[in-house]
Amino acid sequence: MKKEKLKLYFQILLSFMKIGVVTFGGGYAMIPIIENETSTKRKWISGEDLLDVVAISESTPGPIAICAATFIGYKVAGIIGAFMATLGVVLPSFVIIYIISIFLKEFNTYDIVKYAFTGIRAGVLALIIKAVVSMFKKAPKHILAYTIMAIAFALVVIFSANVLVIILSSAVIGIVASIIARKRGKELK
Amino acid sequence: MIYLILFLEFFKIGAFTFGGGYAMIPFIQETVIKHEWLSTAELVDFIAVSESTPGAFAVNISTYVGSQVGGFFGAVCATTGVVLPAFIIILIIAKIYDKFKNSKTVKGAMFGLKSVVVGLIAATVISIALEVFFASGLSVSVFTTTTFWFSLVVFALMLFLLLYKKLSPIIIIVLSATLGIAAGYIGII
Repeated sequence: MKKEKLKLYFQILLSFMKIGVVTFGGGYAMIPIIENETSTKRKWISGEDLLDVVAISESTPGPIAICAATFIGYKVAGIIGAFMATLGVVLPSFVIIYIISIFLKEFNTYDIVKYAFTGIRAGVLALIIKAVVSMFKKAPKHILAYTIMAIAFALVVIFSANVLVIILSSAVIGIVASIIARKRGKELK
Repeated sequence: MIYLILFLEFFKIGAFTFGGGYAMIPFIQETVIKHEWLSTAELVDFIAVSESTPGAFAVNISTYVGSQVGGFFGAVCATTGVVLPAFIIILIIAKIYDKFKNSKTVKGAMFGLKSVVVGLIAATVISIALEVFFASGLSVSVFTTTTFWFSLVVFALMLFLLLYKKLSPIIIIVLSATLGIAAGYIGII
């Protein structure tokens, strides 16, 4: 029994290390790979439950990969399972980035790297605008939502306001607005 | 003491950024600039590195900043900090999932959070655009430099490829880097 448990923990660690190694860019790109490894191959979690995991990740703080690993690990083997899964998914990128962090500054002294990054910076700007577009599509279609976006944007750009305060205020505004909407017999969407 | 600061700052980032991925950038940017851990240019470069390596952006950036500021243990502290909030919250939610899913308060808060994140990242776009196009300061003379026009062309091309050709981020980075290297050796930038 105990040996079986240890084997399961080890299996969870390995599976999530695999997920951590092959998912470039993180975020939603990880979902199909997580599905293949934990649902299709290992049968640890049903496809439907996995959809729930994604929904939870969206409404809880932190990276999606961490949320999914913790949730699936817990379902399969309790708190130790959650720990093994999270450790597994973090370990590959930790090792890779740690090694890169030692060399990146020296790389930057080469001309070829400087040229590459001049191009890359313009490309990253396009990547971030793409992120704004896709998050705008996922955001509520409501006059209050647009107002929150505009005010948050203005507060940061013009007044360099504290980001954490803005995030927390928007959550409070959302809660209050949904209570008011319900009192009027409507639903805030 | 730097270990504790790294842990706490990244714990805050892990605890208060919803949606994962690029949604975390505004808060990360504020934090690294405040502590002078990274410049905006270095942050943009690292976004590219993170897109080209496995793993979640939040984990990668915390490992990188931690390592730059406090060596190996700095990397461990920052990464643990960013992962821990999601780990704890998901463990709790895994137990009370049905209540959480149907909570009107959570839905209300999500309304605000999904909206605010659009405004915040849009604000980040402004500061990164300033860095990409006006790295040497805001002045009319910028428009006479070939570097400015090169960046603008790469940016417009990559945005087109992302939005209309649905190319993956890593291909965008490889393309931008190649254009940068070519332009560098031709002598345009």
